[in-house]
Amino acid sequence: MDANLTDNNIEKVTSNLGEDFVVVENLVKYFPVRGGILRRVVDHVQAVDGVSFTVKKGETLGLVGESGCGKTTVGMTMLRLLDPTGGSVKIDGANIYDLDKHQLKEMRRKAQIIFQDPYASLNPRKPIGDSIIDGLDVHKIGTPKERRQIMVDLLKKVGMEEYHAHRYPHEFSGGQRQRIGIARALALKPDFIICDEPVSALDVSIQSQVLNLLQDLQEEFNLTYLFVAHNLSVIEHISDRVAVMYLGKIVELAPSDNLFISPLHYYTQALMSAIPVPDPEAEIDRIILEGEVPTPINPPAGCRFHPRCSAATERCSQEEPQLTEYRPDHWAACWNVQI
Amino acid sequence: MQENNDRPILEISNLRTYFHTEDGIVKAVDDVNFHVNAGEIVGLVGESGCGKTVTSLSIIGLVSAPGKVEGKIDFNGRDLLKLSTKEISEIRGNQISMIFQQPQSSLNPVLTVGDQITEVLHIHQDIEKEDAWDKAIEMLRLVGIPSPEKKVHAYPHEMSGGQAQRVMIAMALILNPSLLIADEPTTALDVTIQAQILDLMRGLNKEMNTAIILITHDLGVIADMVSWVAVMYAGKIVEQTSVADLYAEPLHPYTQGLIGSIPILGRKKHRLDVIPGVVPNLVDLPAGCAFASRCNRKLEICEEKMPELIVQKPRHEVRCWLYQE
Repeated sequence: MDANLTDNNIEKVTSNLGEDFVVVENLVKYFPVRGGILRRVVDHVQAVDGVSFTVKKGETLGLVGESGCGKTTVGMTMLRLLDPTGGSVKIDGANIYDLDKHQLKEMRRKAQIIFQDPYASLNPRKPIGDSIIDGLDVHKIGTPKERRQIMVDLLKKVGMEEYHAHRYPHEFSGGQRQRIGIARALALKPDFIICDEPVSALDVSIQSQVLNLLQDLQEEFNLTYLFVAHNLSVIEHISDRVAVMYLGKIVELAPSDNLFISPLHYYTQALMSAIPVPDPEAEIDRIILEGEVPTPINPPAGCRFHPRCSAATERCSQEEPQLTEYRPDHWAACWNVQI
Repeated sequence: MQENNDRPILEISNLRTYFHTEDGIVKAVDDVNFHVNAGEIVGLVGESGCGKTVTSLSIIGLVSAPGKVEGKIDFNGRDLLKLSTKEISEIRGNQISMIFQQPQSSLNPVLTVGDQITEVLHIHQDIEKEDAWDKAIEMLRLVGIPSPEKKVHAYPHEMSGGQAQRVMIAMALILNPSLLIADEPTTALDVTIQAQILDLMRGLNKEMNTAIILITHDLGVIADMVSWVAVMYAGKIVEQTSVADLYAEPLHPYTQGLIGSIPILGRKKHRLDVIPGVVPNLVDLPAGCAFASRCNRKLEICEEKMPELIVQKPRHEVRCWLYQE
């Protein structure tokens, strides 16, 4: 295919999607580390350190990285389930850190979250139907009878039956529980859903059922997703654009197709090559990274990836690279990008 | 590759592991047959509850009541199921070792790494304390632990998940066993660390000629590591063949569905294939093929009778009515 043609196609893809619905600017979240007899704050875990991105209406942004890179903290801080150390998050035009209690409650209706372990996020003593209705009760939507009807409709929407409403969480399989989690998130007709590792705990045959369901619901309700996961193959499948995180920072941000065909950052390249491909004939030029992710309490100076990077130079250990647009819409934070 | 002239070190025939519970008999492993040649890596793949872990626990003699193991597990000419507790514990850790999914919880939190590695030596060999420590340090170096003479004094909580798994591997391989059973060894690890551990296992397999049974749900890991693979579903092997044949021409509809349902990096498709429904309850299995209710190529007979595992073509066995005469 002609290179220009590809570029045009990509532009078309991004411009088709509407306005920026979510704008995250310079988000910072530090957790204090306490020590000594007086439990003084002696240090900080720099979980998220200056993360910026946007999500367009109806788009899926994938947020990918290994454990401890800060991807879950980004999601939690965006919905103010954790208070930020700095930065701003605008959802549908409103900065959620400026909202008062009443406005925040309204915002929480618009923005929902689905967790990795649906068993831990459902009340074990409540029939699942009641758990789904909870949100409607809190926001006083409809009459009790209407709420019941909404709940039944939702159960059917996620592929379950009306009689399931009376059962308790322990009576369901992992895949069914995740469907219940999705139904509960949908109850308040949100515009934006953060999916935090929604399929990581599921078997592969169930994983594809839930991924397809999430895609169908997005099409039907024009949902905007932030899809947080560690599995690159799942991220590539579901995302329009992808942000790769390493030690609290975004190191690369690009349209999904671009990122996986020609990753610019050395960390992304290593991450992709590390994935075992289910094809014994596939020839993989595997980059085995040395060592492990350093602690976010005292991250390396300069580029945080430089101690493990094969292309690191003097500059990488001293100056921190900023996200730079190397191709249309394709951003990377690296001093040694090869185009 | 499983050729006839290879020497099997492990031959499992008609293995049945049933758990007699109050709710009924759980047929966790039901009529499983496969063998492992010296130095070969064999994969057992399947979803949660398919019986892959119970198969491995049966081999190593770790199934306890209400579980009951029947059949034959021939290891170098001895039937492991006929051995006394003392005899099997002499083999366990010495000739057959096992590593688990959660390395941190398989290690003793109050003993140093060195204490735990040398314990294996002291149990199976008459060895001086200093020599055992030297051997432990040497083994830690072999599995790629940086500054092993320091790390040998570390406690498990001072190690990352990847390092803990390396320690487990060191402990499992220190007596140079002829068979290592690895049960989801990288499932709890990040992908870049997984790549390191798989690389290590591949190297040790070549260097020490240790045969490996690799148990995983990850078809990518299987393609990457093994030469022969058995696919399990609801306690039974539904297909087994060389890894190249499995991916080039999967025969069983379950295998086909499984391969179609995983997203593959760089081969994006609009929608994933789906296997509808869920795995049946092992207490109350249907009369016919356990996969029939989820199968898109179901025949009438499938719900009535369980098909046999037949050789459909050379070195490719499948348990499905579509291929039976």
